[in-house]
Amino acid sequence: MLAQIEGSKAIAEAVARCRPEVVCAYPISPQTHIIEAIGVKVKSGELAPCEFINVESEFAAMSVSIGASAAGARAYTATASQGLLFMLEAVYSAAGLGLPIVMTLANRAIGAPINIWNDHSDAMAARDTGWILLFAESNQDAVDLHVQAFKLAETLSVPVMVCMDGFILTHAVEGVDLPDQENVDAFLPPYVPRQVLDPDQPVSIGAMVGPEAFEEVKYLAHLRQLDALALIPRIATEFSESFNRDAGGLVRGYRMEDAETVVIAMGSVLGTLKDAIDLRREAREKIGALGITTFRPFPEAAVADALRSATRLVVLEKAVNPGGRGVLASDVALSVPRSPLSSVIAGLGGRPITRASLEAMLARAASGDLPAVTFLDLDEAAVAAERARLADVT
Amino acid sequence: MDTPFAITLPVGTSRANHTGSWRVERPVYVDRLPPCNNACPAGENIQGWLYAAESGDYESAWRTLIEDNPLPAIMGRVCFHPCETTCNRVRVDEAVGINAVERFLGDTAIAHGWSLPGPGADTGTHVLVVGSGPAGLSATYHLRRLGHRVTLVDGAAQLGGMMRYGIPAYRLPRAVLDAEIARIIDLGVEVKLNHRVDDVEAERVEGHFDAVFLAVGAQIGRRVSVPAGDSSRIIDAVNFLHAVADDDPPLLGRRVVVYGGGDTAFDAARTAKRLGATDAVIVYRRNREKMPASAEEFEQALGEGVTMRWLSTVSSFEGDRLMVEKMALNADGFPEPTGEFEELDADALLLALGQDTDLSLLEGHPEVTIDHGVVQVAPSMMTGLAGVFAGGDATPADRTATVAVGHGKRAARGIDDYLNGRKTILPPKHDLAAFENLNTWYYADAPRTRRPELEKVRRQGTFDEVIQGLTEENALFEARRCMSCGNCFECDNCFGVCPDNAVVKLENNRYEFNYDFCKGCAICVAECPCGAIQMVPEKI
Amino acid sequence: MTRRPIRFYQVGSFAVGNRLLEDEERTVQSDAKRTNSIDSGHRACQGCGEALGARYALDAAMRATNGQLAVVNATGCLEVFSTPYPETSWRIAWLHSLFGNAPAVATGVAAAMRVKGRDVRVIGQAGDGGTVDIGFGALSGMFERNDDVLFICYDNEGYMNTGVQRSAATPPAARTATTEVVGPHPGNVFGQGKDLPRIAMAHDVSYVATATVADLHDLEAKVDKAMSLHGARYLHILVPCPLGWGSASSDTIHLARLAAESGLFPVFEAEHGVVTSVTPIRRRVRVEEYLRRQKRYAHLFATEPATDVIARLQAMADANVARYHLVNDETANSDLEA
Repeated sequence: MLAQIEGSKAIAEAVARCRPEVVCAYPISPQTHIIEAIGVKVKSGELAPCEFINVESEFAAMSVSIGASAAGARAYTATASQGLLFMLEAVYSAAGLGLPIVMTLANRAIGAPINIWNDHSDAMAARDTGWILLFAESNQDAVDLHVQAFKLAETLSVPVMVCMDGFILTHAVEGVDLPDQENVDAFLPPYVPRQVLDPDQPVSIGAMVGPEAFEEVKYLAHLRQLDALALIPRIATEFSESFNRDAGGLVRGYRMEDAETVVIAMGSVLGTLKDAIDLRREAREKIGALGITTFRPFPEAAVADALRSATRLVVLEKAVNPGGRGVLASDVALSVPRSPLSSVIAGLGGRPITRASLEAMLARAASGDLPAVTFLDLDEAAVAAERARLADVT
Repeated sequence: MDTPFAITLPVGTSRANHTGSWRVERPVYVDRLPPCNNACPAGENIQGWLYAAESGDYESAWRTLIEDNPLPAIMGRVCFHPCETTCNRVRVDEAVGINAVERFLGDTAIAHGWSLPGPGADTGTHVLVVGSGPAGLSATYHLRRLGHRVTLVDGAAQLGGMMRYGIPAYRLPRAVLDAEIARIIDLGVEVKLNHRVDDVEAERVEGHFDAVFLAVGAQIGRRVSVPAGDSSRIIDAVNFLHAVADDDPPLLGRRVVVYGGGDTAFDAARTAKRLGATDAVIVYRRNREKMPASAEEFEQALGEGVTMRWLSTVSSFEGDRLMVEKMALNADGFPEPTGEFEELDADALLLALGQDTDLSLLEGHPEVTIDHGVVQVAPSMMTGLAGVFAGGDATPADRTATVAVGHGKRAARGIDDYLNGRKTILPPKHDLAAFENLNTWYYADAPRTRRPELEKVRRQGTFDEVIQGLTEENALFEARRCMSCGNCFECDNCFGVCPDNAVVKLENNRYEFNYDFCKGCAICVAECPCGAIQMVPEKI
Repeated sequence: MTRRPIRFYQVGSFAVGNRLLEDEERTVQSDAKRTNSIDSGHRACQGCGEALGARYALDAAMRATNGQLAVVNATGCLEVFSTPYPETSWRIAWLHSLFGNAPAVATGVAAAMRVKGRDVRVIGQAGDGGTVDIGFGALSGMFERNDDVLFICYDNEGYMNTGVQRSAATPPAARTATTEVVGPHPGNVFGQGKDLPRIAMAHDVSYVATATVADLHDLEAKVDKAMSLHGARYLHILVPCPLGWGSASSDTIHLARLAAESGLFPVFEAEHGVVTSVTPIRRRVRVEEYLRRQKRYAHLFATEPATDVIARLQAMADANVARYHLVNDETANSDLEA
C-alpha cells in the first residue's frame, strides 16, 4: 500500500504490523513521532495485544524490553543520541542475554555541546555492544529493514538496531510502500523464544560467568555475528520474494561496474551521493558508491569483494573518532588493507551535506589531493581563530 | 528448553557445591536434662509427660508419668513440687503449674478407670515390703512390674501410711487415695494389715522372702518437756491427725495452740479449725523465712484464720494459761531466749516438733548403720544387711511423699539388681538444660493458670478438698506453657532458620543435619527455643 | 490488619512450626515440601540474612501464587552467591540483568505475562544498594506507573558484595569502608540516608510493609497480603549481614530481632500511603544491646564510650517508637488467644 507519509509514522506502521507485544516509550527527539504513533495504535486497540509502557528513562525502556523479551514477548522500543548512551548498560545486557529486541535508533549527534540534529555518533557508541546494526538509506528502506529486523533477531536470538537518520528520514514525508499485514504475518512467524522465563520450566537466566567460561560466551557471540552475515542476505532474498522489492542485505553498490573511485557511506547521505556520482559519471569519471546496510557485524568479505577493482576509496561518514579517521573508514581499511583510502567526516550535528560539496570533494578525490582525513565544509576562519587562542597553551 | 551456554542455568545445579567443607564446628542434636526432671524426687519425666499432654493425649501423658510414679492423683495434691521451683519458665513469667497438671492427669485416669500396666513375667522371687506409705506402694508397684511377687505388710488397719494418717482429707480426699492404692494392689499383691514386723530377719526367714524393703516411715512424734498441770491436754500432732483419720478425733476445746513450724503443724492447726476450734495459734521459735512449712500451706492456713506467733517457745501450760517466751535470732540465725514472756489462752497444745522413726525391727544387726535415727543405705537403697533395703522417711533424705516414691522406685530396681546378681549402676545424668541454653523469645507470654480455691468460708468447717483441680482447658493451657527445656518438641525452628537448607525434616517430625551443606553458622543453635542443639568442633 | 493472631501454644506464634497446629496454619517454612526457592550449595557467607530472607519471602510467594511466580534480581550479593556458572541455587524462574534496572525488568516481565494471558506474578528484588541508590529511579518509575510488581528490598545496610561500602541505607555511626572510623566523627554521618518505605508510601502504592528475618510469621503474612493485591507493592526486609556488620554468624536472627525490639527498625505495613498496622515491640531493649553485638559500632564502645552518639541513636529509636506507636500497654498479650 503506497502512502505519502512521514518517516516516523511509516516506521510505526511497519512495526505495528510486526505485532510487537511490549513497546516502551521514552521521548527523545527525533524518535518521538514513532512511539507516539504506536501509542495511538495501542490505546485505540488497533494494535493488540500489546502493552505500551511510558517509562521514566531510556535505561528503563531497554530494561523493560529485556524483561518482556526474556518472558517471551516480542519487544520493541526506539531511542536516539543521549538516550542510547543512557541505556547503554542495558543495551549490552540485552545482547549478552541473547534477547531479540528490535530498536529504532533515530540517529542524532551526541553532546556536549548538546545538539538535537542528525549524525551517526550515537550508533558508533553501540558499535561493540553485540547488537546487529542496520542502516536505512530511505524511509522505504527503513520500513523494510524493520520487518526484516524482527525476523533476523528472533532467528538468531540477537537484538537488532535499525538506524535511520534523525529528521532527515524520521521527519521527511515521502511515498512509502507499506507492507500489508498478511504479507508481514506470512514473512514473520510468531516469536518462539529460545529461552524463556517460565515458572512451569524454571531456569536461571543471567548467571554470573567467571574466567572459566566468559571467553567462550563471548566467542560464541562472535560466531553468532558471523552467522548473521550469512543469514542477512538470505532474509533479504526472502523479503524480496515476499514483497517484490529489494531491501536489506549487507552492502549495496551503485554504479560500481567499472568504478575506480568508490565512495563508501551509510544512511540517507547515499541519496545525495548518488546524485553527485551521476553528475561525475556524466563527466566520464569512473566513480561509484558502496552503501553499507549492515554496519554490525561489519561485512568485511562483502566489502572487500565489492571493492576488489577500486583503486581509490573515499569513506564518507557522519561520525568522528577524534584524533583518528572515521570509524567506518577504519572498518573499511581493515577490509581492503592495500587500497588508498580517504576518510571524510561530514554532516556532523545536522550540517547539510550538499551535492555541491560532495561534487567538490569527489573532484579532489579524483585528482588525488584529498587528504587522509577531511572534515567537509569547515568554517576555516572560526577554526583558525580558536586555534590561535589556544596557541599559547600548546 | 534450548538454553544458551553459561548465561542460563538449569535448576538444582548448586547442590553440586558442598558448602559443608567450610565448617569448623558442626551442630548436633542433644537431649539435655530439664530442671524439672532433675529436681523431681520421684524421677518423673515431667517434660516427657507434659509433651504428651500438650497434644491433648492425656492417657499417653499419664502412661509416661506412671512409668516413674504410680500415684499422680496423690502427688498432684501433696507434692511440694520442687520441679516448679527450678522451672526455667520462672525467669520468663511464672513456673509451669506442673503439679496441677499432674493432678489433672491422675484424676482423669481415675475417672476413666485407666489401669496400670500389668505385672512383668513372674521371676519366682518374693519380696517383703514393710510399710504401705508412698515408699512401700511405689516399691510394690515397680517390683510387680519387674515380675517379682510382693507381700505388703502394714501395722495399721488401712493402707497408705502417712498419706492416710498424716495428711488431712481436705488436702488428700480418701477416695483419691483409695483409688490409686487399689490400682497397685490390683497388680496382684498379698496384703497383710495390722501386721507389725518386730524382727526383720525373723520375718524374712519365716516367709521365705528373697529380699525385704523397709518403708516404715517416721511416725513417732518428737516430745519436749513442757511443765503442765494436765498433760492430757498436750497431744502429739501426729497422733491427733491419725485419730482424725480414724474418725475418732480427741476433744480439743475452742482454743488450740500448735507448737512447731513444719507442715504437720499447719495440718494440725487447720484440722483443729475444721473440728470447731475458734482460735488456732501456731507458736514457732523462728521467723517466716526460717520456717520449713510450704508457702502454700502457710497462705491457705492464714486464709482460714490460723494465726501465727513468731519467735516464741512454749515454756509452760498451766490451767488454760500457756506461757510463751519470746526469742531473738542471733547472728547465725538461731533463736535465743530473751527472758520476755507472754500468756496465751489455750484449751489444748498440739506438739508438731518433728517425727522419729521406729527402727526396732533392725535391732541385733550390727552391719546395719543407724545414724541420727535413720538407716544408712547404699545408692541401691540396700542397708548393710544383704537383701534388706530401706527407703522413705526411715532413711536420710527430705521427708516428703515424693522422695519416698522415688526411693520406692530406686529400691525396686536395686532389689531387682540384687536378685539378678547385678551391681547397681545409676545411669549418668544428661547435661542440665540451663536457662542460658534457651531462646525464650519464642515462648508466648502467658500467665500461669491458677487453681481455683474453695471459698474460704466453706472450707473452715469441712474436710472438703481445698484446692480444686484444673479444667481440661486450663490443664491443656498449662501443659502448653512448658518450654520443653533441652528436648526437641518439633517447633521446626532449626528447619526454618537455616540459611543453607541444611536441616532435613524427617517423616517422624524430627530432624537431621545435612552436613554436605551445613556451613556451621550456628543460627539453629541460637534460635532453638529449648536448647536441644549444640555446636561441637569438627575434627580437622 | 495482616498480622496473624497470636496463638498460645507450647511455643506460641513465634517459632517456625508447631506440631499442634493444622498444616494449613503453619508457616511455609515449616513445610517439608516448601519450595526452597534458593537451594543448598549457594555461596553466601555463614549465617547470611539475605539468603534466609529471600527464601522466606519467595517460598511464601510461591505458595501464595501456587507456583506461578517469576523473579527478577538485581546485581548484588544475592545474585552473585546464587548463580556462579555452572551452578544456580534458584529453583524458581529467575532473571538477572543489571544492578540498577531490576524494577524495570520486572515491569517488562509483568507486561509480557499479561500480554501472553498468563497469570504469572512477578517479584523484583535487590539489596539496599540496588533499591535505594542505583535502582531508585527505576523503582520510583515502577511505583508511579503502578506496575503489577512486588518489589522486595533485602536491606543489609550497605554494599556488602563490593566490600562493605556505605549506601543510602547505612545507618548513622556505622563503620563501612567508605565511612571509616577516622576523624572527629567516626562512622557514617547523621542526617543522611533514605527511608525507602516512606518514600514508597508517598507514591501511594497499594501496599508497603517492613519485616525482618526475626519474625517469620509476620514476614509471611506480609508476603501473602502483598500477593493478594495487584499493582506496585513494596516489601522492605531487614537482613543482617555478619560480614558487613561484624557480627557472629549465629547472631543473624537475634540482631534482626533486636533491631526491631529497640525501635531502630520499625515493623509496620501501609496501604495507599497510610500506616494500617504496626508489629508492636514485645520486649523493648535499649539500642546499646543491639549496637554492642556489631563490630561496625565497636568505636562507640571503646575505652571512652561515645555516649552522645549512642544517645542520638537512641533518640532515633525513640522517634520511631513514637511515630509508629510501636509500644502499647498491652503489647505482651495484645492478641493473645488461648
